[in-house]
Amino acid sequence: MTVVADRNVEPVTPTGRGAMALDLSRWQFAMTSIYHFLFVPVTIGLAFLTALLQTAWHRNGRVEYLRLTRFFGTLLVINVAVGVVTGLVQEFQFGMNWSDYSRTVGGVFGAPLALEGLLAFFLESTFLGLWLFGWDKLPKRVHLLTIWAVAVGSALSAAFIMAANSWMQHPVGYSLGNSGQAQLTDLWAVLTNPVFLWGYVHVLLASLATAAVVMLAVSAWQLRHRGDRELFTRSARLALIVLVPTMILTMFIGSELGVVEARYQPMKIAAAEAQWSTCQPCSFSLFQIGGGNNDHTPTQIFSIPHLLSLLATNSWNGKVIGLSPLQHQYAARYGPGNYVPNVFIQYWSMRVMAYLAGLLLVLGLVGLLLMRKKKVPASRWFLAAATWVVIFPFLMNTAGWLLTESGRQPWVVQGILLTKHGASPSVSFTDLVISLIAFGLLYTALGVIDAVLMIRYSRRELAPAPAATDSDEQPRVPSMLY
Amino acid sequence: MTLVSLWFLIIAVVWTGFFVLEGFDFGVGMLHGVLGRDEAGRRAVINTIGPLWDGNEVWLVVAGAAMFAAFPGWYATMFSGFYLALVLLLGALMVRGTSFEYRGKRDRPAWRDTWTGLLTAGSLLAPFLIGLALGDLLHGLPISSHHEYTGSFWTLFQPYGLFTGVTLVVLCAVHGATFIALKTSGDLRTRAVRLARNLSPIATLILLGFVIWTHSIAGKGLLPNPVEIAGVLAMFSVDWLIGYGRDGWSFAATTIAVAVTVLSIFSELYPRLMVSSTNPLFNLTIHNSASPSYPLKVMTVVALVLLPVVIAYTAWTYHVFRRRISDKDIAIAKEKEEPSHDHVH
Repeated sequence: MTVVADRNVEPVTPTGRGAMALDLSRWQFAMTSIYHFLFVPVTIGLAFLTALLQTAWHRNGRVEYLRLTRFFGTLLVINVAVGVVTGLVQEFQFGMNWSDYSRTVGGVFGAPLALEGLLAFFLESTFLGLWLFGWDKLPKRVHLLTIWAVAVGSALSAAFIMAANSWMQHPVGYSLGNSGQAQLTDLWAVLTNPVFLWGYVHVLLASLATAAVVMLAVSAWQLRHRGDRELFTRSARLALIVLVPTMILTMFIGSELGVVEARYQPMKIAAAEAQWSTCQPCSFSLFQIGGGNNDHTPTQIFSIPHLLSLLATNSWNGKVIGLSPLQHQYAARYGPGNYVPNVFIQYWSMRVMAYLAGLLLVLGLVGLLLMRKKKVPASRWFLAAATWVVIFPFLMNTAGWLLTESGRQPWVVQGILLTKHGASPSVSFTDLVISLIAFGLLYTALGVIDAVLMIRYSRRELAPAPAATDSDEQPRVPSMLY
Repeated sequence: MTLVSLWFLIIAVVWTGFFVLEGFDFGVGMLHGVLGRDEAGRRAVINTIGPLWDGNEVWLVVAGAAMFAAFPGWYATMFSGFYLALVLLLGALMVRGTSFEYRGKRDRPAWRDTWTGLLTAGSLLAPFLIGLALGDLLHGLPISSHHEYTGSFWTLFQPYGLFTGVTLVVLCAVHGATFIALKTSGDLRTRAVRLARNLSPIATLILLGFVIWTHSIAGKGLLPNPVEIAGVLAMFSVDWLIGYGRDGWSFAATTIAVAVTVLSIFSELYPRLMVSSTNPLFNLTIHNSASPSYPLKVMTVVALVLLPVVIAYTAWTYHVFRRRISDKDIAIAKEKEEPSHDHVH
């Protein structure tokens, strides 16, 4: 079966400048998505944690929780700003850079995006405004509900985008029309796609873990350098209590997602282990020297027997089909071509994610232990480590997306449309050079500003609590203003 | 009404909603540096839309997504055809969106002036570029039989598109001025009223020119229809209404003018989506660019259920923040937040 892009025209594989233009579009998409997803998980997770803090204040009336809510709420909105504006680029670039993709699959892919806007973005944006500016205008209970609405809205937006993305990994609930266009036939099937269900929970948990690490790092820095011990011991405790179980669950769900993906996208998982020949049972290598698409016999160091079988198939002696036999199968089914994704990216993104998760889990467990002994504020080395690990979740999130997106290549929609047939014919090489430079500069500038503001506001010294707060009388909290 | 026609209408309504709501945000962005004489004044003007602008911008996200879902062919041809213009638009929206959040985060005058400049430029550029694009849809662009845009970046800048862009910029400015007049008190309000009165006669003339030109582009003669005349009259009445202190009514009048402008483009476009100047046979229409009926049905149900809910809580938000703001509020708020919020090291 050849894949027809649309309009009964046989797709042409781009050559020369067209091929370079395709590469530039791919770089731009990767750059925008990775950049956007630096901010998204912090938003999702921190909205939830801020809501928890405000709920604690609402429940027990202790002013510490109010101060923490305001403190982390400010970090939340600094972060939301860039997330929102890059989300717009994320939506527009499908039509701008991938017009043939949009034509071919818009009948399926567009619906979840529209639902996302209607159901999630309105909720998130409107209620964020109400929360920020409504401190002194809304009843306390209603105001608490607004931050929960923000948390729900941001989690919902991830649901729809994950449903859309999972359809690209494992297309379900559609039929192909006469001209090769995918048409939605069953929305329910799209929303119950196993890749979506596992992937969505994985992303939500990863977001929560990301925000917990950010909260832990900020609290640790404050405990090391500033005087407010009681306050930031509280937030460090909340962060650790959230971090440890979420980390364990993220790893567990992630490995289950691997099993599901191995079923529908065997190339992805075989490439993640650089497994060129079929194996049964299969071992997992901790490191390898060499490797990549041209080196089929890298030197593997510390192989753990049976582990790959377990990870990919959930059984002790499971069989994993190698990349070479899969390539033969795909060529026979879809026509000549190279169907093996970038093995180097697969192998290492998988390991970066898994190893850093392991380190974070150890740190979290140590933190909980210290917390039990009430030694967290005094343990300088722990606080230093907890501050610096803040970089980990961002590396892990990026690696996770590289694993899943690069692992789908050369397909843009698995088995339906090749990436090279999805690009915009009317966008020239020059256009792409200009846009790549423009977005690169904008992202860099906004990224630097965001980082500087995040660090400044994370290191802010909190003034002592307002004196006149009787437990009966509600403290009148001024709104956050622009 | 057929399903595809309904979706054309929904998309037209969403674009109208976007310009009605985000329109005054653009206006506020353009005018905050002029109307706010000092830092407190500028902050007061920005804070009139503080809780609102982010929700308003979602209308743009929904407009794009609805085009993608209902008319993938339209979304594909238009967004790839307007490539560099959209890069520019996204840049404008990015600096504008972040400026709200970041401007107040440091106290240095150079920092605030920079963000004021970016906010002003972004708020001018965004409605101009979207207006240009909407005008181009109706005027026609070189589009091939494969529905592929064949012009260059400069082909987008034809006179009617440029004029549509200018019209929307001017309308957003007046719309912003009547909004600020409605939402502020004291000197700020006085200055906003004066600006609205000065701008509205010019805006009326431009709007009249626009509806006539739109009619002739669509090949329907020069005489505007009653709705369009109502839009022009609404803009004409702003000077008079706001002169009599009817802030609410004058804001309603600019709302009508903005809505009529956007709707007139879409009503002249129907049933076409993008006019091809190469050959009318290559026009994108609601029939040759639409999704099949199942996804349209699903989305119709979802939109009919959710849009009222969205509109309801949006209206509630406007009710919560109905109070007027003055520069004195900013000074008071600043004092209050000082102990806990401005101790940055």
